[in-house]
Amino acid sequence: MNHQRRDTLKAGGGLGIFGLLAAAGMIKPEMAEAAWNKAAFDAHKMDDAMSALGAGKPAESADVQITAPDIAENGAVVPVGVVSNIANTESIAILIEKNPAMVAATFDIPAGTVADVQTRVKMGQTSDVYAVVKADGKFYMAKKEVKVTLGGCGG
Amino acid sequence: MKKTIMAVAIGAVALTAPNMQAMASEDLNFDAYRQMLADGNPAELFEMEGEELWRTARGPKNATLEQCDLGVGAGVVDGAAAQLPRFFADTGKVQDLESRLMHCMETLQGIPSAEIINGKFRQGERGKLASLVAYVVTHSNGKKVQVDLSHPKMKEMYDMGEKVFYYRTGAMDFSCASCHSQDGKRIRATQLPNITTSKGAAEGWGSWPAYRVSNSQFWTMQHRLWDCFRQQRTAEPVFASDVTIALSVFMAGKGNGYEAVWPGVKR
Amino acid sequence: MANPMRIRAAAKDGVTEVRVLMSHVMETGQRKDSSGAVIPAHFITELTAKHNDKVVLSAQFGPSVSTNPYLAFKFNGGAKGDKVVVSWVDNKGDSRTDEVQVA
Ligand code: HEC
Repeated sequence: MNHQRRDTLKAGGGLGIFGLLAAAGMIKPEMAEAAWNKAAFDAHKMDDAMSALGAGKPAESADVQITAPDIAENGAVVPVGVVSNIANTESIAILIEKNPAMVAATFDIPAGTVADVQTRVKMGQTSDVYAVVKADGKFYMAKKEVKVTLGGCGG
Repeated sequence: MKKTIMAVAIGAVALTAPNMQAMASEDLNFDAYRQMLADGNPAELFEMEGEELWRTARGPKNATLEQCDLGVGAGVVDGAAAQLPRFFADTGKVQDLESRLMHCMETLQGIPSAEIINGKFRQGERGKLASLVAYVVTHSNGKKVQVDLSHPKMKEMYDMGEKVFYYRTGAMDFSCASCHSQDGKRIRATQLPNITTSKGAAEGWGSWPAYRVSNSQFWTMQHRLWDCFRQQRTAEPVFASDVTIALSVFMAGKGNGYEAVWPGVKR
Repeated sequence: MANPMRIRAAAKDGVTEVRVLMSHVMETGQRKDSSGAVIPAHFITELTAKHNDKVVLSAQFGPSVSTNPYLAFKFNGGAKGDKVVVSWVDNKGDSRTDEVQVA
């Protein structure tokens, strides 16, 4: 059991209960195995977030595309899509630079799944949105500015 | 808290919010944003709940709403909302979707209308009614608004709605027209439709009920109007009262022939 | 108990597109209620989607994902009538699983 895992259990976070549920046969074990990346979601600095994702300083790549509006009417719901045209894409992460906790979501892309995901995120203010892609063990990224007229973090 | 929001909204009629001053109004184009939200509108979650409620036996009479006549035949939901409000012979009244559903809940299920009229938005039976609204309007999405104004009672309501629309009242001496009779008017970044034109009326009428991303709530037209009465700083209208239905007849009637986008998704 | 998800899955030209709406508050833990008390964080942390028995997507969410989360993704293959199952779990241990047939 690594250090991060123990922390999560102590805090009674998602993984702890998840593990218990799995042990009780209430959920499938493969869900419990996927440990929530607390270090990444708690990161308040871009460097910390990148290192928690294992990404270091990823190179900007034109093969990573972000679909998001140039301007959002309300920051509470900002649509963000990421497409990676890099072969063997394994994961995609979405980060919002100016959010207090910048990592919004991470996606594991198994073989056979298209590297094309869309979700919606909260944005407290106008910010760059980052997409970080892992493919064949290497990291790539793209960014796009989204203007927000009304912040959506509600404090 | 709510009071400050109102004051800000009204104050902003003349002033632009400070963070907006830097952006020219041609930069405030939210079309791409709205289009991306239309697919997967969270209002669908309310629609699902509404569909379930429609088919579930409930209330003192333990009945479903599947025999409810929304104007196009008992149990017919398809296209019903596009023709509402309308005159109903069985009640002798002009009813909008909310008041008609309320009537069905009372007659078929035995759920007293008073419970809804005296209730609060998004709570209890009024909350359930809103989910039913989401279900019914979804089945008129993309249909043309087609409100029949030929019945004398409908004419009467249309005229009353028009009067109310221009009637100045409240602490600010505002009418609906104060905020909704110019093209391209904005409060903060929000564009307000010019409801005195057919296109503008259709824009307002045909995009509510809606899911509001700012607070993750689903609002019916009754809720939208109630909030505009508050914007106007007048007394709150009674839920599903004739004034609110008259305004709806006015807007729907003016918007006739335009396509409804139901349910909408709004800021 | 958490409310049901709305899942749509449609196969076209050998690719199945899945769109999911989840009913969840996604509370950040940074907001205060009217009395000034912090509203505790409550958000979906993990999500798994399966096509028949194969995992086709797993995701981790932080509190920055919007209330009533939306997710869309695509996987190769999938035929009409196949099962797509989506499960999530949140930081309080609530969970929800729903399934749909590919259209
Ligand atoms: C003080 C200004 C003000 C007054 C007076 C006012 N409204 Fe509004 N109205 C607004 C604002 C602001 C919005 C947009 C609110 C939002 O998006 O949250 C709005 C939105 C609407 C909409 C929906 C428009 C759309 O396209 O989304 C309708 C319909 C509407 N109002 C009708 C009315 C009616 C009927 C009255 C009179 C009872 C009225 N309003 C009075 C400010 C006002």
